[in-house]
Amino acid sequence: MAKAKDALLDPLFNNNPIALQILGICSALAVTNKLSTALTMTVAVVLVTACSNAAISAIRNHIPNSIRIIVQMTIIATLVIIIDQMLKAYLYEMSKALSVYVGLIITNCIVMGRAEAYAMKNPVGLSFLDGVGNGLGYGIVLLTVGFVRELFGSGKLFGVTILNTVNDGGWYVTNGLMLLAPSAFFLIGFIIWGLRTWKPELQE
Amino acid sequence: MSHYFMIFFNSVFIDNIALTFFLGMCTFIAVSKKVSTAIMLSAAVIAVEVITVPVNNLLYTFLLKKGALAWAGFPNLDLSFLGLICYIGVIAAIVQILEMALDKYFPALYNALGIFLPLITVNCAILGAVLFMVERDYNVVESTVYGAGVGVGFGLAICLLAGIREKLVYSDIPKGLRGVGVTFIIVGLMAMSFKAFSGLQF
Repeated sequence: MAKAKDALLDPLFNNNPIALQILGICSALAVTNKLSTALTMTVAVVLVTACSNAAISAIRNHIPNSIRIIVQMTIIATLVIIIDQMLKAYLYEMSKALSVYVGLIITNCIVMGRAEAYAMKNPVGLSFLDGVGNGLGYGIVLLTVGFVRELFGSGKLFGVTILNTVNDGGWYVTNGLMLLAPSAFFLIGFIIWGLRTWKPELQE
Repeated sequence: MSHYFMIFFNSVFIDNIALTFFLGMCTFIAVSKKVSTAIMLSAAVIAVEVITVPVNNLLYTFLLKKGALAWAGFPNLDLSFLGLICYIGVIAAIVQILEMALDKYFPALYNALGIFLPLITVNCAILGAVLFMVERDYNVVESTVYGAGVGVGFGLAICLLAGIREKLVYSDIPKGLRGVGVTFIIVGLMAMSFKAFSGLQF
């Protein structure tokens, strides 16, 4: 039980994949200018990481060591294709908004990293939980950044107006920088700073 | 001619793959501690981009695109949903071939690049460039130019960052911000300065 809890909860703060292992940042930044895209991306990554971890762990004793990377790649790519097709079928607008970043989950280092570091050595159940945990750890950072960027960039949350902007006759002057790429870097930098001040043992 | 120059210029400065699209960030942050290694990595990335983007373009045009298999008697077949798995396979294979070729003919270069070549397989800058190529419907020549541009753009960004980080060793940074934290802030500032290019129009 304790192991299962560790596998699920450790990646959330103590060993957060984005803030501490510096994995999977690529897609994390580009989809965070709106909360809805960040949420979709989180769900997609949780699904892919959990399922790929479980699948790879199930066949871990049958994969020859020399070709393990390509086997892992094939499993991950298959899962990503399924997600991509599902999004295209049921959430077409969202799939357009995420553009190439859904496909790029394949090269998201979190998925690959967890397969290599955890699923190859642990049983199916634990690997699945580890996948969910790491996906959620990624999601926490994504949603935090998305929250700040959408709220201050366009005065909305999930597309619902929170701060009435000047353009609509309100009082809030939007911060255009928040909608541009650089703000995501600053926010993640500050999140890392905060996390490392809170838990000094994580400092470099 | 100017059309190709525009694609190149666009992909190096205006749509810089690292600073505007956030691709290849893991390597970008991890391998930018020293200028010399950054230069090595850029060389490898440029080589891989120039080869993989046009090869994947051929694959897409002649095998995957809707109607592309008309020559084999399947005019209505649309295999584009298999794209992702094919592209990543091609990238992995080409990186492997490049590695073996370098090992045989240029051992000095091979030793210098070391771990960077296999790492490039999972670099999202490569797969990202391929996916953008498909999305923008480039032809073979355009995609070669685009691949070169993306590679040079990534190289430029990572060398600049490595230069800054080398100087940063001498500065007094708050403890929690040291290392990765401050690197993110720097990359943010660099991305802002690259935004200035977006005003350029041809």
